Amino acid sequence: MADVISPRPVPQLVLGPVLFHWPAEALRDFYFRIADEAGYDSVCVGEVVCSKRMPFFEDYLPEVVARLRRAGKEVVLSSLSLVSDEREITAMRALVASAPGLVEANDVAVLRDLRGRPHAVGPFVNIYNEDALAFLVSQGAVRACLNPELPGSLIADLARMSSVPLEVMVFGRVPLAISARCFSARAEDRTKDGCQFACKADPDGRPVRTIEDMPFLAMNGLQTLSYTCVNLMHELAPMRAAGVHRFRLSPQTGDMVATAALFRDVLEERLEPAAAVQRLGPLHPDLPFANGFYYAAPGHQFVEPARAQPALV
Amino acid sequence: MSEAQTLSEARGPGDAPAPMMIPEIVAPGGTPAALVAAIDAGADTVYCGFRDATNARNYPGLNFTPEDLKEGLAYAHARGRKVNVAINTYASAGNTKLWHAAIDTAAGLGADAVIMADIGLLDYAARTHPKLRRHLSVQAGASTVASIEYYYEFFGISRMILPRMFTLDEIAELKSRVPVEIECFIFGSLSPMTEGRCSMSAYATGRSPNLCGVCSPAEHVRYDTVDGELLCRLGDFVTNSFGAGEPAGYPTVCKGRYIAGDADPAYIFEEPECLNAAQYIGTLRRAGICAFKIEGRQRGRFYVAEVVAAFRELIDAEARGEKLDRHAAALERLRRLAEGGEETSGAFRKGWR
Repeated sequence: MADVISPRPVPQLVLGPVLFHWPAEALRDFYFRIADEAGYDSVCVGEVVCSKRMPFFEDYLPEVVARLRRAGKEVVLSSLSLVSDEREITAMRALVASAPGLVEANDVAVLRDLRGRPHAVGPFVNIYNEDALAFLVSQGAVRACLNPELPGSLIADLARMSSVPLEVMVFGRVPLAISARCFSARAEDRTKDGCQFACKADPDGRPVRTIEDMPFLAMNGLQTLSYTCVNLMHELAPMRAAGVHRFRLSPQTGDMVATAALFRDVLEERLEPAAAVQRLGPLHPDLPFANGFYYAAPGHQFVEPARAQPALV
Repeated sequence: MSEAQTLSEARGPGDAPAPMMIPEIVAPGGTPAALVAAIDAGADTVYCGFRDATNARNYPGLNFTPEDLKEGLAYAHARGRKVNVAINTYASAGNTKLWHAAIDTAAGLGADAVIMADIGLLDYAARTHPKLRRHLSVQAGASTVASIEYYYEFFGISRMILPRMFTLDEIAELKSRVPVEIECFIFGSLSPMTEGRCSMSAYATGRSPNLCGVCSPAEHVRYDTVDGELLCRLGDFVTNSFGAGEPAGYPTVCKGRYIAGDADPAYIFEEPECLNAAQYIGTLRRAGICAFKIEGRQRGRFYVAEVVAAFRELIDAEARGEKLDRHAAALERLRRLAEGGEETSGAFRKGWR
């Protein structure tokens, strides 16, 4: 093999924004540990679900951002995923104005203020085809994290046609829906305005079961997530072969430092995916794994890799 | 309705004598028969979609072939009415031709507007058919002045269909600040989730509503009877159960009864209600709403005709300055037609937050 093969981009691990309402001090300490110990290249910080949660972390944000940056991590500020009133628009404009680095737009309302300026597009803005992606890139998007319901075939098609790096969520409970209504408050018979932060009781979301007692969803204020936890450890290699090199882990209360290390080991071929999955389980004891969306199967299913495409490289 | 009926004088004492626009009735045309029924019952506009994944009501037995659309347009245009074509799913990568062809066909046949949500498709339609009116689908979930302006500035939308999350005061405020027409839902089924941004059905069934145009698809629905209880399943999940004689609604995933934490089974997202905002016709008109949309392309022509006829009567009466309680029969008909027998004024009323 005399041909010079251009090296593949180095894989990047991204820590997504914390989707749950963790106490502000706990959140600060979580990020300090991520800064000091974890092997993430990028860390997304910011409230994505509910603007009522935002004031709690505001005071800690500067020191968290500074500590992450000192540790050599890129910091991306994530926007709300449903901007619904003028107060939130004002908050998002302030975020855009003060951001030290990239802002990740999770709602079209934020995209308007970011046009012409480099920014990231988050998984809550719908990109299902090359035309939407190209349009967003023409307005300044320098990368995009895809909607986690996209099957692997579409991910590969988009990666082939994309002029910017794409990112795929490979770990965590999958955000399935966002609403103007607060279901955690409703479950406590409270209004959204009088919620008393009902969502705070469930740091990984409140499990929702069917009448037959089968776990189904997880409730997180305005957001509904999957009960299962996406785990695309086995699919990292095929995605890299397809041209995806950014992988997003969404924080849960289990050990996200050790979780990152396992994904890194697989990406750098020091560990077989099956062995990594075996070690990942005990880190997140209450989160059964699923990968169905990747195989265009029901998202809650775990498709055994043997039955999946044997496209490991 | 003729031009002369559309524009009439305001009658309220003290009102400026400016011409008053009577809001359009935008009715669901799930089938060619429903389109005809809606127009005969007095709809100003019918919306419909093609028989494929390009529209968000891609159910078996519904929707239009290009030939059906041609005939529907002829029927509507001969009577001075309009037909808008919903191309409001998201085009999938590498297969955008199907969606482009739908837009081209709608344009070629003379559709009055296309209703879209996908940024890629909006861009395509704006560049390829600049004269074809573009309406922003509720599936785009545009929830702020900033997002509406984004779609207006980049894709020249003429109208947006309002997500069902605003109070009456907020709608009036919004209308005063955006440069586009606003159409809002007045009757029909409600989704508690921001539309176009929900993967719950895909999580249960593997089919994405955004890509396939089907939420809670019938081929994944099963009914079992266990100990006299009717269990409704979507994929592997029981979405609801009903006792003998209890009316069972369609098992749409977000309208089921589930157990959150340690609570009893409950409608954790929303009660299975039907939006009926007939009482707000006047308030919405004065807020500047130009069109009232009736949900229900999955409904039969008799239902559509009845709902349209009731709203035709009420909207015209309101525009003449009459009190709606003089039209008790029409109001009662709507109450009866409300899905599940329960009705709601949705987000319009204050205090839902």
